Amino acid sequence: MAHSTPSEHISVKVQTEDFDIAHEYSLMRENNTQDGAIVFFSGLVREMNQGQDVSGLFLEHYPAMTEQSLRDITEQACTRWPLSRVRLIHRVGQLHVTDQIVFVAVSSAHREAAFEACHFIMDFLKKRAPFWKKETTSKGDRWVEALEKDQNALDKWDTNETK
Amino acid sequence: MVKVLFFAQLKELLNCDGLNLNVECPQTVQSIKQAIIAENPNWAEPLNQATIMCAVNQAMVDNQHAVEHGDEVAFFPPVTGG
Repeated sequence: MAHSTPSEHISVKVQTEDFDIAHEYSLMRENNTQDGAIVFFSGLVREMNQGQDVSGLFLEHYPAMTEQSLRDITEQACTRWPLSRVRLIHRVGQLHVTDQIVFVAVSSAHREAAFEACHFIMDFLKKRAPFWKKETTSKGDRWVEALEKDQNALDKWDTNETK
Repeated sequence: MVKVLFFAQLKELLNCDGLNLNVECPQTVQSIKQAIIAENPNWAEPLNQATIMCAVNQAMVDNQHAVEHGDEVAFFPPVTGG
């Protein structure tokens, strides 16, 4: 059974600025009489290279494609699960260790759909959304390599993805 | 004419962020790649990596996808967002 979520309840943003989780969460709750569950995920910049001075992470992206790619992923989730609201923010540009990178929030009447949809959106974002991370260190820059676990993460969602 | 874009580490390895390719269309993504390599033979190794991904008109496609005149074809390494 395919579900659908009204587009005014889906918010997708790509931006350089930081975001405020409390504000985003309040928008998920505002006038929301239907949902018993809100699940959100936040992704952070962590120290990746022990011993190497990681000054930060630069997020490159494909501007014409990023927002649409994120919208497509949220729409897939909204078809698969009965979600009332989805808010997704991904930052780009120069970030530093402990900074927030990405935020995904979903709401639903019950928790199973909310947990699964949030997980699904992150797995698809990791595999499909056109962002690339570059570690910036005092000794030079290094592109982060895609992890095999991310390449295989989509398998558990049993889709018809071929790549 | 096809507009080609390169991103991230691929852009750095090729030292090129994009080009316009004058080719017959339709052609598969794979043959577009070979046409680019024919004009730039030292780009063969990075472009022929099995992990290189492709998007046409901002949607992910595979190597067999048919590219038409006026399409925007982007090549890039596996994505690492999130």
